[in-house]
Amino acid sequence: MKVRAWDAAQLGAVAVAASFLVLPVAALGLTLRWEDLLAGIRHPLLWPALRLSLRTSSTSLVLVVVPGSIVAWWVARHPGRLSRAVETILQLPAVVPPAAAGVGLLLAFGRRGLLGPWLERRGIELPFTTAAVVLAETFVSAPFFLQAATAAFRRIDENLLIVARTLGASPFRTFLELAIPLSAPSLVAGAAMSWARSLGEFGATVLFAGNLTGRTQTLPLAVYTAMESDLRAAQALALIMVTFAFALLLVLRRMIREAEHA
Amino acid sequence: MLEARIRRRIGVLDLDVDLRVSSETVVVGGPNGSGKSTLLRLLLGVLRPDAGTISLDGRILFDGAIDLPPEDRRLGYLPQDYALFPHLDVQANVAFGLRGKDRRERASRWLERLGAAHLSARRISALSGGERQRVALARALVREPRALLLDEPFASLDPEARRDLRGSLREWLRTWRLPVLIVSHDVDDAGVADRIAVLEQGRIVQEGTAEQLRASPASPFVAGFARSQTR
Amino acid sequence: MPWALVAAVQLTVFAASSLRDAFQELGRQFGQENPAVEVAFNFAGSQELRTQLQQGARGDVAAFADQPQFQALVRDGLVGAPAIFARNRLALIVPRGNPAKIRELGDLPLAHRIVVGDPSVPIGSYTLRLLDAASARYGAGFRKKVEDRVASRELNVRQVLAKVRLGEADAAIVYCSDALEAKASVETIPIPAELNPEATYPIAVLRTSPEPRLAEAFVHLVLSDQGRAVLARHGFQ
Repeated sequence: MKVRAWDAAQLGAVAVAASFLVLPVAALGLTLRWEDLLAGIRHPLLWPALRLSLRTSSTSLVLVVVPGSIVAWWVARHPGRLSRAVETILQLPAVVPPAAAGVGLLLAFGRRGLLGPWLERRGIELPFTTAAVVLAETFVSAPFFLQAATAAFRRIDENLLIVARTLGASPFRTFLELAIPLSAPSLVAGAAMSWARSLGEFGATVLFAGNLTGRTQTLPLAVYTAMESDLRAAQALALIMVTFAFALLLVLRRMIREAEHA
Repeated sequence: MLEARIRRRIGVLDLDVDLRVSSETVVVGGPNGSGKSTLLRLLLGVLRPDAGTISLDGRILFDGAIDLPPEDRRLGYLPQDYALFPHLDVQANVAFGLRGKDRRERASRWLERLGAAHLSARRISALSGGERQRVALARALVREPRALLLDEPFASLDPEARRDLRGSLREWLRTWRLPVLIVSHDVDDAGVADRIAVLEQGRIVQEGTAEQLRASPASPFVAGFARSQTR
Repeated sequence: MPWALVAAVQLTVFAASSLRDAFQELGRQFGQENPAVEVAFNFAGSQELRTQLQQGARGDVAAFADQPQFQALVRDGLVGAPAIFARNRLALIVPRGNPAKIRELGDLPLAHRIVVGDPSVPIGSYTLRLLDAASARYGAGFRKKVEDRVASRELNVRQVLAKVRLGEADAAIVYCSDALEAKASVETIPIPAELNPEATYPIAVLRTSPEPRLAEAFVHLVLSDQGRAVLARHGFQ
């Protein structure tokens, strides 16, 4: 292909992709009247759902990031068939449809699920609780962080780690004081992707945790519930959710840029 | 004195080395793939020998039953391109190996001794190759290691800096009178050595002063490596 | 069968979730009588169907589980006047074995976990009507006591049913038709008839239907004796 044509093709592809990806989001805002937005902000489902979404998604973020960093470190530092198998298994939730994940979670942790009797003997109840929301969000969002963290840890120059050991650092201190800060930008980016995924989680949550205002009804479920009675309310809720997520994205991108240039 | 009699098979390489370094600088030269970096990793304790012993000043580092982790071996290590920690400034790099409240002051003193006090607050990315070498040396020496291992210490420098630094490194190493093992594939690095050991295909094929090696080289590589002493 | 998708005329029916099994059977019968026609269903909560249709979804027939939602379509000129083709009542169901030992509607607060429909969908609003009527009999706090036990408000009746089938809910309110459908895995507790609200099901041909005559034929089948027999077998009145 001639260079000119190739340039035009690239520009065209970028323009089509960008406008296609932006249009639905823009439509949420452009087709909403001011009064509708205000009504959305005052909608009784909004605040409980927003609070619940923040609480559950930040809890699941901690559950993903803290053990996830350790798991990713192990995978990255142990080349071999076992760690490759583990890595593949850890990526599984990323390709499982959320609805399938919801059914699976019920069949694993539900009353008649695989662990049901065991949990019941210990007085632990998961389905239809806020804990179930956290579990569903953790399940679907973990692969995003694990993948980013594993890739980042693999990129660390091994000599840095060896030198740290010769300077008296234990393996744990090497992990904490070298691996983590050296990979910080990628870890933050992975955590952001993972957080965005759990903030938007719907399918697994609605099946495994149900839909109850203040307990299991997160923002996406509130949007869906509002849609049943009133499209405008659903739209306003959706717009608020998108705005929130977009603000998060901007803040995180800035943080990552600063970390990279620091 | 650093003593090692170790054997390790890894892939096609069958490394079998018997090496003694007293308070002198020994350059282990050898072509790529001869087993130089494997040797370093075995000495450092990040790779386990199949058999053998490693000792430092009479203390066993490895003998099959004992296998001290790298942090307990008291070996200073300068990898190729020095592996300074990019997220820390110069002083924090040097202080990494120190504990206690006065670690920053102690780090500064070492930087001073190496004539690098003015670099203290610099970011690693703002250092020249020679400055990096000095900082890495300071970082290793603060731990008061009993021996120093250097991997291709001049490979990442431009030719002019290389010539200057070979001279100054030689001076510094003489000052501390430590056992120093330098691994290199560059014939010109032989000039820093009190003694040269040439490694080929996992075995030390010849060992001695540059004069001895020059007089009767055991292989074409040895001949080339020893000749550089005159430059 | 991709060739069938190409060759056949497709008839799309927007139907309330509670109609799933009955309508699938009717669809098969209609297909046997009209081999060139393939009947496709879009089952969802009536609210969701209404929104889809108002947003321009194309279809041939609409059959809902309550009247107000359907009236919205009539107002928008999307359908003509509907015919009522079925009636349904509510049923209190529990998983086989009845773990919470519920013998009558008044025992409902004994259940540890109750699942109901969200008030924005018909099953949910009928359930509220039932609870209000029941409060008059069992005491003013009855509705509140039940709502304290509600673990989830599902967005269509089939999800409510699924939670009992899985044993996750101790009790739930669904339609009689659903209870009958699931009788292998759930038990039905009778609800006093005077408290039990009646759900009415309207049906009509959509104005946008590209095949109005076929659509009309399907509506006829639903309203015919044959259709009523199928509906009755699935628990509708």
